[in-house]
Amino acid sequence: MTIHNLYIFDRNGTCLHYSEWNRKKQAGISKEEEYKLMYGMLFSIRSFVSKMSPLDMKDGFVAFQTSRYKLHYYETPTGIKIVMNTDLGVPNCRDILHQIYSTLYVEYIVKNPLCVLGETLQSELFNSRLDSFIRALPFFNVRAA
Amino acid sequence: MSRQSNRTTDSKKMNSELFTLTYGALVTQLCKDYENDEEVNKQLDKILFSLFPSSRGYNIGVRLIEDFLARSSVGRCHDFRETADVIAKVAFKMYLGITPSVTNWSPAGDEFSLILESNPLVDFVELPDNHSTLVYSNLLCGVLRGALEMVQMAVDVRFAQDTLRGDNVTEIRMKFIKRIEENLPVGDE
Repeated sequence: MTIHNLYIFDRNGTCLHYSEWNRKKQAGISKEEEYKLMYGMLFSIRSFVSKMSPLDMKDGFVAFQTSRYKLHYYETPTGIKIVMNTDLGVPNCRDILHQIYSTLYVEYIVKNPLCVLGETLQSELFNSRLDSFIRALPFFNVRAA
Repeated sequence: MSRQSNRTTDSKKMNSELFTLTYGALVTQLCKDYENDEEVNKQLDKILFSLFPSSRGYNIGVRLIEDFLARSSVGRCHDFRETADVIAKVAFKMYLGITPSVTNWSPAGDEFSLILESNPLVDFVELPDNHSTLVYSNLLCGVLRGALEMVQMAVDVRFAQDTLRGDNVTEIRMKFIKRIEENLPVGDE
């Protein structure tokens, strides 16, 4: 089991943060294009999912998986979107993504008045805390994929 | 103070008098900086501190809502009544330690009042005569407006009654204007 990469978007579709761990193959396009593609997909899939839903939804879009990887999605009511790609062995990650939001994003970015909201995050502290948080997860590198 | 991790649930204690006095100092300074009460009210509502010129303003509500969502397990509200309840029972309790009552619903259900029996911001305050139009606690309006804007709700918030001006209670009137729709960023090819 392993974690490939993680994106954080704000409500306007700006990619606030990106980091990757075990990503062996790149998309072959520039990072900016990749962010736009990712956000566009999320935006469409969200509205598709809520249109198709037979009942009123609670959480809405949570995850999808392919034969090779799984994409976990978490969104706050303020429109912060956290996306994490892992391999298929990783279980439901909602709690983990919520923890990234509440203990890392809110603590180190929102409460830091010098961090401008809505722009790419520049905080070294946030980056290093996030990195160690991810590396400490039980399914980061159980068997090097 | 906020450098600890795993502190999502414990609410930090802070001396409320220190908070009240600090807020008082802020209002006093604004009164010195600006000529008339109207302008002070506007600044309190916006809270665009010039402390951090590079950060293009520091809007408390816009940030406070993130802290609120991180600490409480509140999800998206289904209607305005639920929003009113969450504001009164969860948010005010969490940040000011008081629970205002929700009353005076308009027939259409888009407008209500928060009645504050006590307002911790005004514990030591008496308005001097030359500031008769000052809305001392106008900060609360800005915080509510900013926070709700972040969860896609445009609201109008104002003080309808204020104990500082001789009313019996403090009443904050909130009116729902519209839902802010989320749009796909344009111009991406």
